[in-house]
Amino acid sequence: MLYAILCYHDEDYVGSWTREQDAAVMNKLAVVQDKLARQGRLGPVARLLPTTSATTLRKDDPPIVIDGPYAETKEQLLGFYVVDCKNLDEALDVARDLGAANPGGAYEIRPVGLFQPGEVAT
Amino acid sequence: MTDTAWIDAALTSARPQAVGALLRYFRDLDTAEEAFQNASLRALKSWPQNGPPRDPAAWLIMVGRNVAIDDIRRGRKQEPLPEDEAISDLDDAEDALAERLDGSHYRDDILRLLFICCHPDLPATQQIALALRIVSGLTVKQIARAFLVSEAAMEQRITRAKARVASASVPFEAPGAVERTERLAAVAAMIYLIFNEGYSAGGDTAEIRGPLCEEAIRLARLLLRLFQSEPEIMGLTALLLLQHARAAARFDAEGALVLLDDQDRSLWNQQMIAEGLALIDKAMRHRRSGPYQIQAAIAALHARAAKPEDTDWTQIDLLYGALEIMQPSPVVTLNRAVAVSKVRGPQAALEMIEPLGERLSNYFHFFGVRGAFLMQLGRNDEARVAFDRAIALANTSAEAAHIRMHLDQLIRDSQPREKVSKK
Repeated sequence: MLYAILCYHDEDYVGSWTREQDAAVMNKLAVVQDKLARQGRLGPVARLLPTTSATTLRKDDPPIVIDGPYAETKEQLLGFYVVDCKNLDEALDVARDLGAANPGGAYEIRPVGLFQPGEVAT
Repeated sequence: MTDTAWIDAALTSARPQAVGALLRYFRDLDTAEEAFQNASLRALKSWPQNGPPRDPAAWLIMVGRNVAIDDIRRGRKQEPLPEDEAISDLDDAEDALAERLDGSHYRDDILRLLFICCHPDLPATQQIALALRIVSGLTVKQIARAFLVSEAAMEQRITRAKARVASASVPFEAPGAVERTERLAAVAAMIYLIFNEGYSAGGDTAEIRGPLCEEAIRLARLLLRLFQSEPEIMGLTALLLLQHARAAARFDAEGALVLLDDQDRSLWNQQMIAEGLALIDKAMRHRRSGPYQIQAAIAALHARAAKPEDTDWTQIDLLYGALEIMQPSPVVTLNRAVAVSKVRGPQAALEMIEPLGERLSNYFHFFGVRGAFLMQLGRNDEARVAFDRAIALANTSAEAAHIRMHLDQLIRDSQPREKVSKK
């Protein structure tokens, strides 16, 4: 089963990392990702730009465009992974590994219903 | 990350909100700063054992406030007691406090904190130093290093600035809409100054002063998070990101300035460019143009060009034209002339800047640009005079080195072409 691992963290906190600290965290995360990739279990991975770059479309009639993220929360959605896991326990293990590489904040683990890998060239 | 590194990051990110709220309680900058310091010391002891609190800013405000009030009660300080209201809810739980912070207060708290650094009586350098000390929480040593002055000199500068701010009356009631807009503009200008302080550094000091650019970007993002729908703040943030994205390509190995046309564009930071472009895109939707948005749009046109010859100079010329109307200044016209030289040739560009000579008679870039136009026109003797003047006015050794490169080329060119250029 595919699980989405949604990464929540305090954006101000992450934003106050120095370039070196940021790179160090990304390198540690890459180790976990490489392991999953070698096992053929890693789907799309995304790190989102800061919520200041976000825009929200409220689907009212007519739809309203609002500057900023959907919800004003203390921790923000900063990125996500899609990982193939046998069950929730395995998905939690992956989240724990990721969490050990990048402590703080929270991961929301959500089973994926429909999945279309897409064909975007990056 | 090590234990102390995450605490440092948490303290840094919570600082503007926490000091801003403490300033609102105590209405005195020194007391607020000291309260935050004390709270930070307790955090260093408590957080490694108990883990980070859910809301570090709320924790720091509560602890900082309690410690400061205890100090005042014990009479260790000669300052007057705060109002009863501030003391009566000492035992509030963190949650209740956090709840109140989530109200509209914290936005104005942070804005106020930034705004008091922009006191019009303070010279720009003091505004910047004060903001870096109070809002960003850089140490005096770090700031002194960034400004290339001694620690003692910087300490004195900050102390003087604080005294100035303390004697001025800072309004503590929530600002009205007009006042809020004015504060926002002053703060945006100050953040831009911080950025320029880092950006205008020469190649020899870019390493030391570059962090000022990053700090300015952090403050701009903070401001934008508080005022999500302000197109000019989007423009400011985009402008800083798009300029800073080129940092790695702006100096060569010897520290000499590399002009936009000659930069290795593969060194540009694509993530910063993506964020900058996204922000300018968002800002344009509001159809409320402003100087930061226009400058960001110009920077965006450069960022979008994969090769120098792909640059849309016609559009850049138009944007500078709009900026000239909005914010008339000889420096803007000078920048526009560079675009004009690409679109309509150096003669038209030269004619455009000739009337600026008097007002820019001490401006390095004026003579650098003028010399370049003259050189393109083959008027080498006049170009040499302009370049000599530019070197005399250079602010950094990188600027001087760059002009010397032109002069060297003139000398190389002048030998075979002597007859042609004499006319």
